Amino acid sequence: MIRSLPKSKGYDTGFLIYVIIFYIFLFAPLIVTSVLAFNNSDFPSLPWNGFSLDWFLSDTDTRVGLIHDSTNLQSIWVSIQTAFFVSIFSLIMGTFGAFLFEQENFKFKQGLYFLALTPLVIPGVILGISLLLSTNSAGTFFDDKFGWDIGILAPSFWLVVVGQFSFISTFVLLVVSARLKKFDNTLEEAAQNLGANRFETIRYIILPHLKPALIGAGAVAFMMSFENFNTTLFLVGSETTLPINLYLQVRDGSTPIINAIAFLLIVVTSTLAVLNLIFTKKETE
Amino acid sequence: MNRHIKLGFFIFFVPVILWLFLLIVLPQIDLLLMSLKFENDAGKMVWSFANYSSFFTQKVYWLTFARTAIYAIIVTFLTFVVTFPMAFYITKVVNPKYKGFLTILILMPFWVSELVRVYGWMILLRESGVINYFLLKLGITHQPIEMLYNDASMIMGLVYTSMLFMLVPILSSLDGMDDSYIEAAHDLGASKFIIFMKIVIPYAAPGIVSGSIVVFMLTLGDYLTPNLMGGKNSLWFTEQIYNQFIESFNWNQGAAFGFLLLLISSLIIWIGLKISKQNLAKALS
Repeated sequence: MIRSLPKSKGYDTGFLIYVIIFYIFLFAPLIVTSVLAFNNSDFPSLPWNGFSLDWFLSDTDTRVGLIHDSTNLQSIWVSIQTAFFVSIFSLIMGTFGAFLFEQENFKFKQGLYFLALTPLVIPGVILGISLLLSTNSAGTFFDDKFGWDIGILAPSFWLVVVGQFSFISTFVLLVVSARLKKFDNTLEEAAQNLGANRFETIRYIILPHLKPALIGAGAVAFMMSFENFNTTLFLVGSETTLPINLYLQVRDGSTPIINAIAFLLIVVTSTLAVLNLIFTKKETE
Repeated sequence: MNRHIKLGFFIFFVPVILWLFLLIVLPQIDLLLMSLKFENDAGKMVWSFANYSSFFTQKVYWLTFARTAIYAIIVTFLTFVVTFPMAFYITKVVNPKYKGFLTILILMPFWVSELVRVYGWMILLRESGVINYFLLKLGITHQPIEMLYNDASMIMGLVYTSMLFMLVPILSSLDGMDDSYIEAAHDLGASKFIIFMKIVIPYAAPGIVSGSIVVFMLTLGDYLTPNLMGGKNSLWFTEQIYNQFIESFNWNQGAAFGFLLLLISSLIIWIGLKISKQNLAKALS
């Protein structure tokens, strides 16, 4: 039943069949979506009418390919910007948090650490609505009291960034903390004996040690932000992100342009995923 | 020197406190306060439990709630059943040469956005979908069958979406298991079933619990999969929240629903952690 024990044919074959079915189940939706992006048809379905790049390139009345579809291109650009800012901000906050919880001692540290982990267990929908409520109350308050109209407090690009940042920071915190735990404290002591102050130690000794974790966490933070739907749904303003935009199109009936976008997403994310895995594997070896 | 350390501490402490209080604690408090306000007949906002009592008195609300919780438990259990053999196969059965490759292959689809994965299932399962095309072609059916928009397809979609979060913790706990436990049990004459029930599953229990907590929470808070794959007549609780917020514009009622969702998910996570004697930090890492 395991490698070192005598084999039984029925058990091995049964297991192999299960594994094959599992992988088919896993990849079927992605492969079908990708293949149908190249079908010469007005609908994302079979029969196969031959290979075509229409849904990427064409610009006719009936078929508008991706590179001419300004709404979708715009939402891709919004998502890239969102993910960029979210990953930068949450990398900074997550690293601050990791330093705070790994290297400092203070009262209520355990309680605060617990609080810092909660964003990952609060459902994304709740994070979205509670932030929407509280920013709305704050916006009304500032408007009534001082007559200030603060744009960030209404659903907008920056509110989406803030909402995603609020839980992606926790993710970064966990990854960076794990790496910081492996840091050999004698290195820090040595640096300080040689006259380095706390900030020089962090800059020249600890940050280089954290680099692989920071790159890995940054990449995952970017992807988490890029594909976030639940929290974004409630905070989005006029600048819709790609998942929201795709959702609206899927809900109202689909054209193969969604397949074209999905195909590009699959290719880009799996390349990034493989690169990330290879990179982290090299670092740990 | 001492003042330097103090300054360093506050540089980390202040941003983290601001993040947690402004973006996590304050919004949740606001959610609770909002849910306790109710517009009376005179059009004035008063403190009241009316939003909660309408949850208990209107059957459609609590039925949706109960249904969502029960389905989330079913999904969690099915996800375990489907992924456990895969985790066992990868860590214990397959030739170690293929272990890395199979792991990367199994993780890859989950980097792709949930929306793309759900969309893939939609074009496979729907009436004009790929599966129906082949069924008709092969003469197995003469009429296309609508396989989408029912509870079975929704559960399958949710299992598919959450598999990763069950797989990763089980993989890592089985990876640390010494094969000699299984060999010893085998030599002493235990059957395969007994070995699984008495040796393998108890050993993997911490991983199973972490996985179950995350899967349950994500399923409960999911919006996309139930919305796009579920039946039109049966709502998921997050859809109920969305309707109150976006369609009825009754934020107070929506806040009450949101708070109930937050309560049940925290409760279940807490029970899970108590049963398995783990803490949140360990379960998340």
